[in-house]
Amino acid sequence: MTTVIKVEGISKTFKIHHERHQSLKERLLHPRTGSTEMFNALNDISFSVDTNETVGLVGHNGSGKSTLLKCICGVLQPTSGQIHIRGSLAALLELGAGFQPELSGRDNVFLYGAMLGFSKKMVDGIFDDVVGFSEIENFIDTQVKFYSSGMYVRLAFAVAVNVDPDILVVDEVLAVGDERFQAKCIDRIRTFQDEGRSILFVTHNADQVRAICDRAIVLDGGHMIADGPTHESLRIFREHLMDSAAEHDGSGLLASISIDSITTPSGSFDVRSGAGMHFDVNITSHGAYSGNFVMEIFTRNGLLVSRSDAKGSPVNLTPGQNRVGIDLAQIPLLDGIYDVNVGVVDPRGNTVIAWREQAASIQVTYDGREGGLVELGAAIRQQ
Amino acid sequence: MSDGSSARVDRRSLEDDAFRVVSARDSLTTRLRNLWNRRELLFSLIRSDIRIKYKNSALGIVWSMLTPSLFLAIYWLVFAKFLKNGIPNFVVYLFAGMVVWNMFNTSLSTATGVIVVRSGLVKKVSFPREILALANVGAATFYFFIQLCVFGLYLLVVQHSPDYAYFWLLPIAFLALYFFTAALAILMSAITVYMRDMEHFILIILQLWFFMSPIVYSYEHSIAPQLHAHGLAWLYFLNPITLIMLTFQRAFYVATYAASTSQTQIVSHHVVPVILKILPSWPMSTYCYLDLALLGIMIVFFLLAEVLFGHLQGNFESEL
Repeated sequence: MTTVIKVEGISKTFKIHHERHQSLKERLLHPRTGSTEMFNALNDISFSVDTNETVGLVGHNGSGKSTLLKCICGVLQPTSGQIHIRGSLAALLELGAGFQPELSGRDNVFLYGAMLGFSKKMVDGIFDDVVGFSEIENFIDTQVKFYSSGMYVRLAFAVAVNVDPDILVVDEVLAVGDERFQAKCIDRIRTFQDEGRSILFVTHNADQVRAICDRAIVLDGGHMIADGPTHESLRIFREHLMDSAAEHDGSGLLASISIDSITTPSGSFDVRSGAGMHFDVNITSHGAYSGNFVMEIFTRNGLLVSRSDAKGSPVNLTPGQNRVGIDLAQIPLLDGIYDVNVGVVDPRGNTVIAWREQAASIQVTYDGREGGLVELGAAIRQQ
Repeated sequence: MSDGSSARVDRRSLEDDAFRVVSARDSLTTRLRNLWNRRELLFSLIRSDIRIKYKNSALGIVWSMLTPSLFLAIYWLVFAKFLKNGIPNFVVYLFAGMVVWNMFNTSLSTATGVIVVRSGLVKKVSFPREILALANVGAATFYFFIQLCVFGLYLLVVQHSPDYAYFWLLPIAFLALYFFTAALAILMSAITVYMRDMEHFILIILQLWFFMSPIVYSYEHSIAPQLHAHGLAWLYFLNPITLIMLTFQRAFYVATYAASTSQTQIVSHHVVPVILKILPSWPMSTYCYLDLALLGIMIVFFLLAEVLFGHLQGNFESEL
């Protein structure tokens, strides 16, 4: 294990111009007007990334994750702190940012390669792979301005992942392209992982982080609030989202929610696979609200097993105590400990009325022959 | 998979790789080294610049020769025919000045706005930003050499034989021109980020600069002799372009007529009176010392511009 990225106490302060005087006349007439405000995009962030590690950088919009990434790639200069990098780095901050629309795809591959810092000889060597990966063989000599946005992005991604970087930095780029190409990109990222390279992956999509990363760093308002195994960090991320939503409303969430009791046939938290279960949920509401009741079940390493709601019919909360019952007729889960999250959300505005992470944990025991997560009860016979 | 095995080799070698600091404000030497390391990007940008400029035009690269030639024809018509400036063999004189001027003019007018125009790139991809301006200067250098070839062809056609003895000064003068142009180009590209007016302003300045340089008139017909009389000749040379032009004009314009007379001694006697009225009557050593001094100053100026650019680029992202 070698450390490839070392971030030491990075802070970044932006000057926000409220009134921009960019012309000479305005500058002369108003030399000092136009208020500027300092905005701390990043506050004293430190972490390091080793070879063979895939680190997710999570945070909602405006949390500073893109700023941090730009600092790492050398696009932005941090106000204080230092970033050390070892090995070659390919950054996919914005796919095709360096493309010249007037040039052909072929010319752009070389130009983009040079922009990422790779030599012409190297790009020559991988050119066929790039074209093959991007699946635009027939259009490689067409001017890029005639490309569809999908082709554009595919070509850029193909260059970046084929140039053989030691460190790959990816910023929300997997949100583009059709599903098949996305799968191909994820596939390529997995190859990278197998080859022991480092990947820094930025997204606000928790599911993608869960699928790809071993470790996740959570940013919020320019502060690093978590750095640890993916499921741990993501739990903190969700809780923090909840908290900040509460702060946003001024007086905490609109209601508090908890699971009062769990009824199982065995009378304990220990439940046998295939048996039923009943949760009594208690909601203390500060007002009258109507929302969608949501229950999520996660494995301990953060994989979402199931998310279910009250089938579209809203739960009507009255001020004071409200009771909701959840019946699970039959739990098809296999051996393991599962966490249950419950909450009430406004179906339209996506406002969270009440939410509780890990409202309960259930332990399932299973003595059958199936492996994995769920019991499908497959009957296999020779015909 | 061959990819995998090569990656494994990479991984081992990574331990020996030194950490590099990506965040600090780099020293001048580091920045110059970065520039040198990214020279392939520079050449790629120059190539794409040239290709884009003439893409989709029927005449293509011919325009890089045609445009200056047509300007040359216009200036010849106006200054030699209408205004009768009395410079013999005016086209050759004009040509020598114009190749220098075109390089300077093209570079500055394209490089000034380049960082603003390509802000998308500047905000997303990491590379030494001054490369964008240097690419424009590089493209202009390419056109410069094309025009020089056209100039050479023209001299062959009109059978004007330049003063080859002065040719060795041309690389020195050209390098001085290159460093001066590059320094101004990267400075202007950075300043424009903060003051967008520069994009328009520079066109006016360049127009004025054109007439301040001895291109369409001769040095001896300018205010230089009067300044010289008051011991202020250096004022005229505050415009570095002047000396570069004089060198080019001295080498190309002053004919040796080597074909007609075999003895160089006689040749120079014939030539001197012509030079007197058009160009300063310096001996070759003066040209040499002045050009070398200018080159030295321009290299220092370029380094200074690099330092200034380093300071200015720190704030680009909040202005773009």
